[in-house]
Amino acid sequence: MNYAEFLIWVRGDAFHWSLAIFIFGVTLRLLEIILIGRKANLAEKRGSGVAGGIRTIFTRFMPNQAVLPRVMHTLVAGYVFHIGFFIVLLFFAPHVALFEAAFGFGWPALPNGVIDFATIMAILGLIAVLINRLRNPVQRMLTGFGDWVAWFVTLLPLVTGFMAFHHLVEPYPLMLALHILSVELLLIVFPFTKLMHTFTLFLARYYTGENAGHRGVEI
Amino acid sequence: MSQKTIGASLRSQGISRRGFLKFCAATASMLALPPAVIPQIAHALENAKRQSVIWLSFQECTGCTESLTRSHAPTLENLVFDLLSLDYHHTLQAASGDAAEHARELAMEANKGEYLLIVDGSIPTANKGYSTIAGISNIDMFHEVAKDAKAIVAVGTCAAYGGLPKAEPNPTGAVSVEDLITDKPVINVPGCPPIPMVITGIVAHFLTFNTLPELDSLKRPLSFYGQNIHDRCYRRPFYERAQFAETFDDEGAKKGWCLYKLGCKGPTTYNACATAKWNEGVSFPIEAGHGCIGCSEPDFWDAGSFYKALSVPLSGTAQAAGYAVAAGAAMGVAAGAMNMAKRNSARKTHETVSIDDLEREQS
Repeated sequence: MNYAEFLIWVRGDAFHWSLAIFIFGVTLRLLEIILIGRKANLAEKRGSGVAGGIRTIFTRFMPNQAVLPRVMHTLVAGYVFHIGFFIVLLFFAPHVALFEAAFGFGWPALPNGVIDFATIMAILGLIAVLINRLRNPVQRMLTGFGDWVAWFVTLLPLVTGFMAFHHLVEPYPLMLALHILSVELLLIVFPFTKLMHTFTLFLARYYTGENAGHRGVEI
Repeated sequence: MSQKTIGASLRSQGISRRGFLKFCAATASMLALPPAVIPQIAHALENAKRQSVIWLSFQECTGCTESLTRSHAPTLENLVFDLLSLDYHHTLQAASGDAAEHARELAMEANKGEYLLIVDGSIPTANKGYSTIAGISNIDMFHEVAKDAKAIVAVGTCAAYGGLPKAEPNPTGAVSVEDLITDKPVINVPGCPPIPMVITGIVAHFLTFNTLPELDSLKRPLSFYGQNIHDRCYRRPFYERAQFAETFDDEGAKKGWCLYKLGCKGPTTYNACATAKWNEGVSFPIEAGHGCIGCSEPDFWDAGSFYKALSVPLSGTAQAAGYAVAAGAAMGVAAGAMNMAKRNSARKTHETVSIDDLEREQS
C-alpha cells in the first residue's frame, strides 16, 4: 500500500468505521446511564431542583475558593489544554471545512499562526497535567490503564497534526494520513474511557446541582 | 533509426553550438544539477547516438502525446525529437499497418537491450481482447517489447499508476507498468498529462549519465516531483491567513484567495506545475482559478470529489452514523432493561435485617 492508497483508506473506510464506533459507543453509554434512573428524592422540597442543576453546570467551571490553591496546577494546565484543543479542533480551516460538510453550515476559521500557537499550548497543557498526575500520589493511585490510554490518544492528534502541518515528515500525504488515523483512534477509544466526560460532565453536574437545589442548598 | 550523433544531427539542422549549450544549461537546471555538469551534458549529448525509443500506447486518451507535441517551435520540447529516434509511436508515425509493426520489430532487433521503452496508458488484464494493436493484445506487446528494453518510462498517470481505467470498479482489470515489471528500471512520469519538459529532462539525464535520475518512493524523478504544489503555490499566503474562495465566482475567488475549500488537492500533490507551469510558462490550473486535482498522485480518481476539501471524508457518513445511532440505541435500551430487571430482582430478594438480627449474629 503506497501513501496515496493509505490516505484514501483513512479518509474512506477507516473513517466510516471509527465514526460509527464512536457514535454507537456514545449512544450506548449515555442511554445506559440515563436509563438507570434515580430514586425519588424524598427530602422536603426547599428550592428549585432544575434551577440548582442548571446553575451547577456553570458554577463548576471554577473550583470552590477554599480548594483553589490546592488545585491551581490542574486548573491552569487543564484550561490551557482544553481551550487550546477546542481552538484547534473548531477553528483550523480544514477542520471547519469538515464540519461544514458534515452539518451543512460553517463558521470563519482562524489564521494558521493562531492555530499553531493553540496547538503548542494544548500539547504543553497535556504534558503539564501528566506531570501533575505522576507527581501526586493520590492521582497516580486513581489512574488506571484506560486513563493513560485516554491521555495518549488525545495527545496523538495534536502532535501528528502539528507534524503534518509543518511537513516534519515527508511525504506530507503520509503524515496527513497518520494524523487522520490518530483522530480515528481517538474516536474509537473515546466512548470506552473517561473521555466520555465530554458528555457526562453535564449530566453529573446537573444531578449534583439538582439534588442540592431541591434541598435549598446553592452549590 | 539514425546512426548520426546528436551533435551532427543538430548541426545539420542549423542549430548553433550556442543554442545547443543553452539547451544543455536549461536541462541541467531543470534536473536540479549544478552548472559544473553542463559541459558533461554537452559532451555526452553531442557524442551520443540518438536514443532509440519505442513508444507504446495502451488504454489511454493520447493526452500525454498531445502534451508532448503541443508546443511552439523552437522549444525544448521540439529538441526532444532531435535527441530521440522515435522508432515506433502509432499516433505520430507515418507508417501504418504491417509497415508500422515492422518498424517496431526492426528497432527492437537493431537496438536490442539498448532501446528505451516509453509507455502511456494502463494495461488491461481482465480480458486480452479489451485493447489490442494490430491484433496483438496490450499485455503481450508490452512483455515482448519490455523484454529487451534498457529501461522503461511510464508516461502519464495511467501507465504509472493505472489512472482512470483503474478507477473503481476497474472493469478492465487495468494495471500499471510497475505492476508487471520487476526486473528492469522503471521510471514514472505521472500527470494527466505530465509536463512535457519532464520527458525531455529524463531522456537527457539518461543519455548523459546512462542512469535514471534520483526517484522518490513512487518512482518519480525527484527533480520534478520533489516539490509540493501547496508549498510552491502563489496563493499560499491566503491559506495561512484562512482566506478562502467559497465558490468559483465570489469575492474571494475574484481576489485570488486560496482554493482549498473548493477542493484543491495541492497539499497532497507533488509535481512541478507551480514552478515549471504550462504552455511555455504561462500559468497552471490554480493560476487559472481551478484547484489542483492531484493528477500526478496514484488513484487520484478515487480520492474523493475534485470539488470537496481534502479534509472532508471521501463519501457521505450520514448512513454510517445513522446505523451507529440505531445500534447504540438498541443496545443501550437492552442494557437499561437488563439493569432494571437486575434491580427489580434485587428488590424482590431483599431481606430486611433488624438490629436484633445483627446483634444476634455478633454474639
